[in-house]
Amino acid sequence: MITKALKQGLTLAVVMSFLVGCSNSDTKPVEPTTTGTATTAAPTETAAPLSSVVYFDFDQYSLTAESRAVLLAHADKLKGASVAVRLEGHADERGSREYNLALGEKRANAVRDFLVTQGVNGSSLEVVSFGEEQPAATGSDEASWAQNRRVEVKY
Amino acid sequence: MKRYLLLCLIFVAGVAHAQLNLKVTKGVDNPTKIAVVPFTWAGGRLPEDLGKIVGNDLEFSGQFEAIAADRMLSFPRSETEVHYRDWKALGSEYLLIGSITQQADRYYASYELFDVVQQKRVFAKLTVDGTEAQLRDMAHHISDKVYETITGIRGIFSTKLIYVEAFTRPQKYRLMLSDIDGFRPRMLLETRFPLLSPVWSPNGQRVAYVSFEVDNKPSIYVQDIATGRRQQMTNFRGLNGAPAWSPDGQKLAMALSKDGNPEIYVMNVLTRQLTRITNHFAIDHEPTWSADGASIFFTSDRGGKPQIYEVNVASMQQERVTFDGDYNARPRVSPDGKSLVMLNKRPGTSYHIAAQDIKSGNLRILSETNLDESPTIAPNGAMLMYATRSGGKGVLAAVSLDARVKILQPPKQGDVREPAWSPFFK
Repeated sequence: MITKALKQGLTLAVVMSFLVGCSNSDTKPVEPTTTGTATTAAPTETAAPLSSVVYFDFDQYSLTAESRAVLLAHADKLKGASVAVRLEGHADERGSREYNLALGEKRANAVRDFLVTQGVNGSSLEVVSFGEEQPAATGSDEASWAQNRRVEVKY
Repeated sequence: MKRYLLLCLIFVAGVAHAQLNLKVTKGVDNPTKIAVVPFTWAGGRLPEDLGKIVGNDLEFSGQFEAIAADRMLSFPRSETEVHYRDWKALGSEYLLIGSITQQADRYYASYELFDVVQQKRVFAKLTVDGTEAQLRDMAHHISDKVYETITGIRGIFSTKLIYVEAFTRPQKYRLMLSDIDGFRPRMLLETRFPLLSPVWSPNGQRVAYVSFEVDNKPSIYVQDIATGRRQQMTNFRGLNGAPAWSPDGQKLAMALSKDGNPEIYVMNVLTRQLTRITNHFAIDHEPTWSADGASIFFTSDRGGKPQIYEVNVASMQQERVTFDGDYNARPRVSPDGKSLVMLNKRPGTSYHIAAQDIKSGNLRILSETNLDESPTIAPNGAMLMYATRSGGKGVLAAVSLDARVKILQPPKQGDVREPAWSPFFK
């Protein structure tokens, strides 16, 4: 007796063994790309001169007084300027990975909304969230988590 | 030439990877003792030891203890050679014997199960066959048969696992597929950008996931597991997250913030038509379908903290489901539709995996590890796997739904996370 899944596995195994010679020229695994969604270059990691990070309390997306002060300086710089800014929202590692993406987006949106109320053109502000995927500090402690609950203002 | 290249990609995705090494850290108090006699084989060296795989599988369930071969007093090859007293002396309650033969390039494994306590054969000789590459599949098939015969519960040893491996310096994410015991890992995708939320289609042929590979922004993809062929399903502004297949496999529930705020949507996989399900200024996220497909459970912080809510897809009526704890998120429904498994935190505690009886609302904490996340339930409903941290690394862990069995993966290079337990394969 043999199941259908086993038979399918056999077909794949035969295909693979048939192809043993074909990858010698390129040992680095490659993504299948059949939909034209080519991988693009990494985002730039250059830090802005002005304090470019604002921090948040745990599981919160409201701006602290300190954050508002930092963002006011950015608003002054951005008002009337036609410079594109990317607001990258982040969360600490605790809790659910997907939920943290939403939390990061809510944080970045809070920053965008504040800048817009200060007269910055909203269409120049792009919001993206990385949730807990790109921590600034890698420890599993309160000091690291505090550094990771943030929005980075990137010019 | 194009066809040749595509086949090469399939091969490249099949290069050897370090396997997970899942270990039972706590089994049931009185595991069923079974002796799996080394399977007889007249030929040279076999690449796999079927008897040992079966023993390991059964122990992996946490419900069995396999008696080591070096303690065995005899090695019966057939029923006439079985002396029950030999096995009683070892405390064994069951005895499995088997033999392997070969015809051309096919292997045939025959096996018989005996009840030592009642001194009788449980089932007559059964045979499973396959190629050399399928020897592990054959062993898992035997494990399923033995497990189901003794426990009455369908075995999961032939199911598969998809998970994400993440590396830093350089940053690299891999979508991996393996046997449920962690063996035979195979890479489905590698990217330099975050990768998360893999989920199996109900027929076990496709996987949906979230990848940041285009412009470092999240999009939902659906990939055919056998061919590697894939489609980008969404590319909306903002969050494109948490895909969840409907039980009939025709729809994907997901969270999109294209209208400014994370909301639950349902997409028809074929026509890509979107239906908006929620409309609230709070976070609505992490949808998952009820077993009958009539409703969707999701995470929302509309009450101030993340909690699980249920929305009926036809009436759009919504109600809060979780009340125990100040953080409940990432729900999954058990195959029988009776339990909700999720991430739970009570004030002052860490994040654990909990199960809630949907009818009564009673919640039980299942895991004892910390910073737990991403639970995924086995298709037989007996066990769930989740991601946690150990030794500063992301690792996988598992726990039975009665919390009696616990499994932990020792840390390895890179973080392992986002497990997705496959359905049964037909």
